Amino acid sequence: MSTEVCEITCIVCPTGCKVRVVKEGSKVIEISGHTCKRGEVYASQEAVAPQRTLTTSVKVTGGDFALVSVKSAAPVPKARLFDLMKVVRKLETAAPIRVGDVVVHDVLGLGIDLVATRAVRKTA
Amino acid sequence: MKSKYDLIVIGGGPAGLAAVTAAYDQGLRDILIIERDRFLGGILNQCIHTGFGLQEFREELTGPEYAQRFVDRTLEDGIPSLLDTMVLAVRPDRTIVAISPELGRLELYAKAIVLSMGCRERTRGAIMVPGTRPAGVMTAGTAQRYMNVEGYLPGRNIVILGSGDIGLIMARRFTLEGARVNAVLEIMPYSTGLTRNVVQCLDDYGIPLLLSHTVTSVHGGKRVTGVSIAQVDEHRHPVPGTEREIPCDTLITSVGLVPENELSKTAGVQLDAITGGAVVNQRLQTSVAGIFACGNVLQVHDLVDNVSEESQRAGRSAALYVQNKLPQTLRSIRVVPSPGIRYVVPQRIDVTNQAEAVKLFMRPTDVFKCASVELRTGNREEPLARFRRSRLTPGEMVVLTVRGSVVAAVETDVSVGVKVS
Repeated sequence: MSTEVCEITCIVCPTGCKVRVVKEGSKVIEISGHTCKRGEVYASQEAVAPQRTLTTSVKVTGGDFALVSVKSAAPVPKARLFDLMKVVRKLETAAPIRVGDVVVHDVLGLGIDLVATRAVRKTA
Repeated sequence: MKSKYDLIVIGGGPAGLAAVTAAYDQGLRDILIIERDRFLGGILNQCIHTGFGLQEFREELTGPEYAQRFVDRTLEDGIPSLLDTMVLAVRPDRTIVAISPELGRLELYAKAIVLSMGCRERTRGAIMVPGTRPAGVMTAGTAQRYMNVEGYLPGRNIVILGSGDIGLIMARRFTLEGARVNAVLEIMPYSTGLTRNVVQCLDDYGIPLLLSHTVTSVHGGKRVTGVSIAQVDEHRHPVPGTEREIPCDTLITSVGLVPENELSKTAGVQLDAITGGAVVNQRLQTSVAGIFACGNVLQVHDLVDNVSEESQRAGRSAALYVQNKLPQTLRSIRVVPSPGIRYVVPQRIDVTNQAEAVKLFMRPTDVFKCASVELRTGNREEPLARFRRSRLTPGEMVVLTVRGSVVAAVETDVSVGVKVS
């Protein structure tokens, strides 16, 4: 099988290392340019199947904020971000909400929850 | 209401909250936070993206989560805060005049004050973009508040001027919410935002970053109908013949941040013309005894983790000041930028008999590759310290730690410059 070289700018931290990944199909055979373990994990994943953490917000009723900010509890396939946004757009949830509360369980069957990143108190 | 405190912190954003927790840990209990918004946490409340906390908490958090950790700490510690309260003036004797809808006019006094008012965005007016004055021109931070706090989408067909981090973050945010982002224009030949944000906010969504480009005119009557853009030369002047129009309904600006120092001025605090913030020593004490400054009101940071670290030092210093435990200054040394470095904070090192390491924060004037930042003093041939960096850029703050033994030995002013190897 032929090998393919991917030049990746790491997004794990603000340093922005340029990482070179050589892959054969979906198998990483060589990686260089990273300066930490997290970067190595990120670049290996990025070369094979890019993933991102989705952050957005969901409408809230009866709270001291109109919206609750949410994130995917783990990175999701990059190609599915817009599918997720379609789901999020129709959502509505009710106060009170605590940081870490699950807003949607197993969204789109990806095995990943959408969780609240802000506390929203109930208004009297 | 009580009117005298050991410590009053002005601004309940990331800087103020970190200063409060550090002052508490240093043993101070009589503390008050004054915040003009309806909630603590400041700008972090609208920064719903991830990327915060890698240094401070060793994990990646969103802005609201990062803020919540500090808010929870102040609640546990029982630190009171006045919300929806605007400070109108700080006097050199550390009297504070504030106003709130609930309590009316307040006059308070503190033994020490931490200034942590943050910064505000430069606007279209500040950079004088020509054209008409339609609705639909706003700063990236304003758009961010509309979208992430209030729940409105302020436009559907967007052009972004300036590649600051908030502009890049908003390019992604608009795109995810179904708006079209035509391009991000940057007048400089390099991005002023972090590389990771160019990658994950623009490249991920195929949004073009046009370097050495600017908006030459805004069009529209009631609402923006389009903008004219052009390439610029090395003097940042539009190149004739490169002008073209992009139809759009919204122009977002992300063209820099300005420390909000109106109160520092009323307090008589000496300001640095380049940073726009106070002149401080390594303990973040300003030119007025007992008044400390930290966070974006002191210098505009790229990372909230750096704000927290700096502010914890300010809070600890303020507590030591109240407790009369600050070490005696033996001599003061000025820290001055030399070619390649635009500014250095702190601008002054007060050498004491404790040989403490000093952290210097600075921004280079330009992009340098394979360069060293050198500290020099007097006529000595050899630099006091040398820090090698593979790449320096004005978009990324440089943080250097100078060893205590080096600091203790310095007698005269220190200059900090770039040497390309």
